[in-house]
Order: sequence, then structure tokens, then C-alpha cells
Amino acid sequence: MTHDRRDTGLGDLALEAALRRVWAAAHGLWGLLATVDHKAIGRRYIATAFGFLILGGLLALAMRWQLSHPEARLLDPDRYNQVFTMHGSNMMFLFAVPVMEAMGVYFVPLMVGTRNIAFPRLNAFSYWVYLAGGLLLWGAFLLEMGPDVGWFAYVPLSGPQYSAGKRADIWAQMITFTEISALAVAVGLVVTVFKQRAPGMTLDRMPLFVWAMLVTAFVVILAMPAVVTASTALILDRLVGTHFFNPAEGGDVLLWQHLFWFFGHPEVYIIFIPAVGMVSTIIATFCRRPVFGYLAMVLALVGIGLLAFGLWVHHMFTTGLPRLGESFFTASSMAIAVPSGLQIFCWLATLWGARPRLAVPMLYVLAFLFTFVLGGMTGVMVASVPLDTQLHDSYFVVAHFHYVLIGGAVFPLLGAIHYWFPKLTGRMMGARPGRWECLLVFAGFNLTFFPMHILGLWGMPRRVYTYQPELPWAGLNLFASLSAVLLAAGFLLFFWNAWRSARHGAPAGENPWGAPTLEWATASPPPPWNFTRIPVVGSASPLWDSMGELTVAEGLRTDRRELLVTSVMDATPEARESSPQDSIWPLLAAIATSVMLVWSIFTPWAVVWGSIPIAVTLIGWFWPRGTPEDES
Amino acid sequence: MTGGWQSALAPGGSSADAILRLFWPTVALLGLIWLAVLLVLAAALLRRARPEAPRRAGAVVGAATAGTVLVVIGLTLASYLVTRPISAAADAPLIVQLRGLQWWWQATYPEEGEASGFVTANELHLPLGRPVRLELSAEDVIHSFWVPNLAGKQDMIPGRDNALTFTPTVPGVYRAQCAEFCGLQHARMALLVVVEPPEEFARWRAVQAAPATAEALAAEGRQVFERQPCGACHTVRGTGAAGRTGPDLTHLASRGTLAAGLLPMTRGALAAWIADPQTLKPGNNMPLVPLSADELQALTAWLASLR
Ligand code: HEC
Ligand SMILES: [Cu+2]
Repeated sequence: MTHDRRDTGLGDLALEAALRRVWAAAHGLWGLLATVDHKAIGRRYIATAFGFLILGGLLALAMRWQLSHPEARLLDPDRYNQVFTMHGSNMMFLFAVPVMEAMGVYFVPLMVGTRNIAFPRLNAFSYWVYLAGGLLLWGAFLLEMGPDVGWFAYVPLSGPQYSAGKRADIWAQMITFTEISALAVAVGLVVTVFKQRAPGMTLDRMPLFVWAMLVTAFVVILAMPAVVTASTALILDRLVGTHFFNPAEGGDVLLWQHLFWFFGHPEVYIIFIPAVGMVSTIIATFCRRPVFGYLAMVLALVGIGLLAFGLWVHHMFTTGLPRLGESFFTASSMAIAVPSGLQIFCWLATLWGARPRLAVPMLYVLAFLFTFVLGGMTGVMVASVPLDTQLHDSYFVVAHFHYVLIGGAVFPLLGAIHYWFPKLTGRMMGARPGRWECLLVFAGFNLTFFPMHILGLWGMPRRVYTYQPELPWAGLNLFASLSAVLLAAGFLLFFWNAWRSARHGAPAGENPWGAPTLEWATASPPPPWNFTRIPVVGSASPLWDSMGELTVAEGLRTDRRELLVTSVMDATPEARESSPQDSIWPLLAAIATSVMLVWSIFTPWAVVWGSIPIAVTLIGWFWPRGTPEDES
Repeated sequence: MTGGWQSALAPGGSSADAILRLFWPTVALLGLIWLAVLLVLAAALLRRARPEAPRRAGAVVGAATAGTVLVVIGLTLASYLVTRPISAAADAPLIVQLRGLQWWWQATYPEEGEASGFVTANELHLPLGRPVRLELSAEDVIHSFWVPNLAGKQDMIPGRDNALTFTPTVPGVYRAQCAEFCGLQHARMALLVVVEPPEEFARWRAVQAAPATAEALAAEGRQVFERQPCGACHTVRGTGAAGRTGPDLTHLASRGTLAAGLLPMTRGALAAWIADPQTLKPGNNMPLVPLSADELQALTAWLASLR
């Protein structure tokens, strides 16, 4: 073991040249396909997810057009049912969850000061599997085989008897794809956060966004098995004739709903918790002070993550479960207002003691507070059993969950894109179009969705492809549809702004907002190795408290990819560990997995024969390269 | 703006009424909280910042959180108190069995004392002021019965028996609609609920229980109906037609609407429906039966006479 290949004592330029040799991806297509750089993959993930957002948005516009007047004929019932199923499945599984995880994939390693995510090949694999799942769903839709049983796919409607053809199978298999990719990312994030934090970043110095992603990753890991079980049982019912959900043969219809919502409710928090982390990050930076009540914020995040598993029955208040049991779930559902409220109070306290700079990310945070709090209030209403019997499955609920998902997650996300755009691209995102875009999105959103509360109270059920003129719904529906154009214009402006700024925006420099966290302690965009020297952290706001120069750790080797492993609690250095090279095998494994999964829609034998190529690719993936043992 | 005959805001029954009395105070309380949050936010943005002593801020945040806990407890209790009466069993209710099918409703009024039982479809009549217990079931997939003016919704689930109990308190015609997505024509699965004084209800019940009237039975359209496959799916009591997979047509013309709320019950609508049910309600389970113009006319006239 010679010490001259360590970074100790090397000058910056020499060190960067050495790091470039081992960390940079190959040029050209091969490099793109084989890279395991969390930033390349994160960017790709984010861009793909936003692509699906556009597609899902177009579906939403088609639905708004169809509902803008009674007895419209733009979409026939078959098409409409595919469209709303696609919209929901796409937005939940292909946009919202992936985009939040993608933000974690890109920013968590930077924020904890490490050089790559843990299990980077698994991370690359997860992206390809996700992409394949998306292509499967949209390909099926284009072939008139899009699922048409709702994003919740209740049995028996989605069962073998009432959904002939392959539409429901495609839905169930798309779930499998996104489960695999979400789990892979979650595992990588947990290990990154626990074992790769910069020296000195004790748990109580971790940025709130990192905490949020950590909690989210655990929720993913705990929630996914339920939906894996459910969708597998559904596929078995459909493909090989089991009777899990067939009441005529002793199966149970409600079992599906329990399993689905045991996952489906936490799913909402998988989307919302990262957004909370984004809000905290933005507020801290633009108030120029840490968020008030760090410990309370962390406990609230953990509390939401735990409570998320105790609420699923509130999706089933009208199924005729015992009333006493239902009242318990009223209590637990309303209880989530407590940690959520606590967070809001802490943000308000932060704003109160500061003079916040109203840059575009902050404007989105304000839009978030207005909208999300309202959505939280209607959430408390639907948690009440008697009120829910009227509100459930009506347009009131459509309004409610768009308030919490768009207001509670998409607004913070758009703010976070503005905030981190300099880090993602090296350029600032236009502030002037940004303000307009925020205004349009905010106004368009509220004008579109607020009237739906009233429509629901006036008896309009969800998932109807049309309604009759003798019902008093036409006016508000037309109003909502016109407002949706405004909302779409806001999104269009956002995309145009991002597109243009990525090319012509003002160069950003390392830390344009004067932010406190480590991702701002490196170039924008960061080099493939993230940090030339691993920073050492002495507080929760290292860039504010270090007064200029950060202390750095030395001693990593420069002749191979290496990163620092630290202890879970205190982040004291424990070992140097090699980080995997680029590899084409994750892509090949993803292709093999996808082929097997799609094939198995048609015959159970695919599971047998399809496993062989997967095994081959996995052998290639893990083939030992004679890398020397890691050293302490 | 109370939204009319399919609205939770215009109650005509005990349950809907109790729920609405919980609804408005809840809206008021939560609306105030929302406004308060926005006011604090606005104040925080507008005031000249002077860093607050962290201890005071801590106390305020703590108090606000405690306030949230109290609100949550209060609303949980209130919701529980309203749940009890609306799910309580009633004394001597009128029992009606309502079954959801893709995409229509079958109602069975069992015999009760003097009154004999019968089966009808797509329209309920309920006596004013008497509790009713609807026994809900489903034939194929999950449906959900929702008549917002009278009560909250209750799902109809294959393999499970659910019930909904309430008392109609305001006479009128209300519209119910399936609230659980049930496939292609989920949007076209509605049902009229007529709440009327007990005497009128008794008259209606007697008419419905009787077979089709003698003069109607003599008409020419009847032969068309019996010649064609209609009777394989439909029942007209008094004829040989005893099919069960479609709505009972014995007193078809007494109903307000046709094909689960699709069209008003007129002769023109009837003719259009029989001539081509698949264009009016694509995918529904009644096939197009080819008929000559004369047959169609006779059949329509006959069906329109089944009052
Ligand atoms: C294969 C079974 C089948 C056959 C044959 C059939 N129907 Fe139907 N019919 C149905 C079903 C199912 C419905 C309910 C459709 C819906 O509303 O979704 C229906 C509905 C109706 C209705 C509306 C009932 C209501 O309550 O509004 C009328 C009227 C009707 N059929 C008449 C006829 C006539 C006349 C014929 C023969 C020419 C006929 N049907 C043949 C199954 C059938
Ligand atoms: Cu239905």
C-alpha cells in the first residue's frame, strides 16, 4: 500500500485531474448508457418524470374538455375511462413518486457531502426499469390497450370476469416496474444517508431535506410489500385462475382495498414528505436562518411517516366496516393534522423572525402554504366518517387531493426546481418569467379546483365521462375547464423558462443564493466526483458557520473511485470504500427484467424462461474484478 | 345555491340533515383556522423583522400545536356523535332490497302485512316520515348507492350485505347516482327516489304489485315482445316473459326515466332505446334486437301503456 496515490498533499489541479481520470464517464453513447453517476441518473430521472407530467397534463386537459359541457362527445366512455386511469396511474407512479425520489437521488449525496450514491449500479438499474414501466403503460395506451379500471383497480371490476383482455394486467405489471425502481432507490438513499455522510455531520446536523428523504425511503420500503402482494394476487387471479378476490369461491373483495390502501395512503406521504423537506430548505435559505425548531421538524417528519400507516381505512368508510373501528380511523386520520400543523407553525415562526427574500422559490412556498393548508382542512373533513359518506368519491375529493398533491407537493417541487436549477445546470432560472409562471400556476390551480368542492357537494360523482343537462353542474364545470387553460399556460411558461434558462440563463457560480448546505460547496453543476476534497461539517448550516473555508478531510485514494464511510450516529470516519465503476450491466439487467415482466402478462412460463437472461445479466453485473479489499 | 335534487346541501332526509348540521360548523371552524394561518403569514411578511426571542416563539408554536390537538379531539368526538344516529337501526322500517348491476338498479319490495311483494327497477318510492332500511347488494362489481339529499353513500359489494337506514322528511323527487366506478357506463347509472305521503305510496305500491293491466295485455305489441327475445331478459308479469337479467318492465311507463336515468320516459325515448340501445348507452348489456318499423311502433306503444 503506497501512500503517494492518496489525495493528501496534492495540489487542487493535480487532484482534479486525477479524480477526473477515475470518475468521469466515457464519452459518447456508451458513457451515457453505462454511467452510474447519481447526478446523471438523477437528472435523467427528473427530466423523464417531468415528461410524464406533460403527458398526464394533456390527459387532464382532454378530461376537462370532455366535462366542460354536458353530454360532450370528445371522448367516448371507453376512451374516457382509459384516460382517467392513465392520468391517475401516470401522475402517481410515473411522475410524483419518481420525481421526488429523483430529487433525492441527485441532491442527497451532494447534501451529505459524498461522491456517489450507495449502490450506484442498482440506482442506474432502477432508472431503466422505471423507464420501461413508463413505456409499457404509454405504449399500451397508444395501442388502445390502456388500463381502464382506475388507478386503484378495484376488484372484481379489474378481475378476470369483468376486465377481459390485457388492460388490467398492464396496469398491474406497471406497478411491479415502479415498485422495483422505487425500492431500489429507497435502499440506496437509506445507506447513503446512514453510512456516507461527511465527517462531522451527526444526525442532528443533517439537512431537513435529507431527513425527509430518509423518512420517505423507509415509508417506501414498508409500504411497497402490500401493493406487491396485491398486484401479484391480482395477476394470479387473472392469469392462472386463483381466487384471492373472487367472493363466489371464498375470496374477498375488500381484501384488495385493504392491501391497496395500506400502500396507497402512505404513497401520498411518499410524495408529500420530500416536498416538506424542500419547503424547509427554501425557507431557511431565503430567511437566512435555520428553520425554527429543528428537532420538532424532524419528529414531525418521523411522526407523519409512522401515522401514514394508520390511516388507510379512511378510504373505505363507505364499504360497511364496523362503525367503531371506523371511528378509530377518524381519530388517526385527523391526528396527522398535528405533525403537519406543527411544521406549518415552525415555518411561520421562522418567517416571523426574519425578513424573507421573496425570490421565485419563496413565491412557490407561499403558494404552497395557501393551497396546502386549505387541502389539509378538507382532509380533516373527509377524515370524519359522517362527512365522508357524502364527500367520498365525489368531486369534493377530487378537489381535496389535488389541493394536497399539487398544492402540497408540486408547488414545492416547482420552487425546488427554481432553487436548485443553478446546481442542476450551472445557470440561473429566469426570475421574471418565474414570477409570472408562479402566479399563473397558483391562480389557475385554485380557479380550476376550488369549484370542484362545490360540484361534489352538489352531488357530482368522480370518474363519470359525462353528465346530463338537467343537473346543475354545467356552469362550474365550464369555469373549471377554462381555468385549467390558465393552469396549463403556467406550466407551459415553466417549461419554456427552464428550457431557455438551461441554455441562456445567467451563470450561477457555486452558491448563488447564499445557502447553508453542502451541495452549494462545489461547482455548479458539480464535477462527476462531487467534491474534490470531502468537506468536514461542524454545524447544521456548514456554509454559514464555516466563515469562508470549509475544513476538508484527506486521505482518499486517487487511483480508483473511493468514498468515505462514516458511522451512523456521529458520522465519524470508519473506512474508505471503493465505489463501483460504470457498467452496462444494469441496463442489460433492466432490459432482461422488463422482457420477463412484460412476457409474463401473457404466460406464467415467462417467469421460468425469462429468469435465465436475468441471471446471466446479474452474473455479469457482479462478476468480481479483483478490486482490492476496502481498508479502514 | 343548494344545488337541487342531487345535492348534499339540500337535505330531505334525516341522515343528510344530521350530516349537514355537522358540515357547516366544521367548515366554519376550519375556514377560520385557515384564515388565521394566512393572516399570520401575511403579518410575518409585512412586519419589520426584529428577531423574536426563541423562547417566546417556542411557546407560541407549542400553544398552536396544543390547539390543533384540541380541534382534532373535538372534531373526532363530534363526528362520532353524528355517526351514531345515522347508523342506528330504526323501529319497524320499510325494508327495500336494492341490488346494483352493470348499469342499472333492481329494487325488491318484500311483502309486508297486506301488501304483496314485487320487483321493479331504476326507481324507488318511499313513504314520507317512515324510516326505511335499504338492504344493499351487488350482482357483478362494486357499486355505491348515493342519494345526497337523503343520506350519505353506502357501497354495494359482491359477497357482502350492507344496509342504509334513514327517514325521508321532505316530499319530492331526488336523484341518486352510482358513486363507485363500475365500468364503462358508470356515468349512466342513476335512479330516481320519490318521497311521497304514505297514502300515495300505498297506492303506488298496490299498482306495482299487480300484473300488467288487462287491456295492455291484449295489445298487439305484446305479441312482438313475446316473439322477440325480449322476454329472455325482461319480466312483464301477466305475460310469459320472466327474464331476470334486465329490468322488470311490468310497470315501465310509470317510471320517470328510462335506462337508469339516461332519458326521460317518453314514447320517443322508448322507441329510440329499443331501436338502438348501444348508441344511446354504449356497452350496456341490452343487445340491439332488429325489428321492422311496424314491430317497433307496436312494441313501443305497448310498452308505453305499461303503467
Ligand atoms: C340480453 C338481454 C336483453 C334483451 C334480449 C333485451 N333487453 Fe332490454 N334491457 C336489458 C338490460 C341489461 C337493460 C338495462 C340496461 C341499462 O340500463 O344499462 C335493459 C333495459 C331495457 C329497457 C329500459 C328499462 C328501464 O327500466 O328503464 C327497456 C324498455 C327494454 N330493455 C326493452 C327491451 C325490449 C323491448 C327488448 C326486445 C326487443 C329487450 N329489451 C331485449 C337486457 C335485455
Ligand atoms: Cu355502478
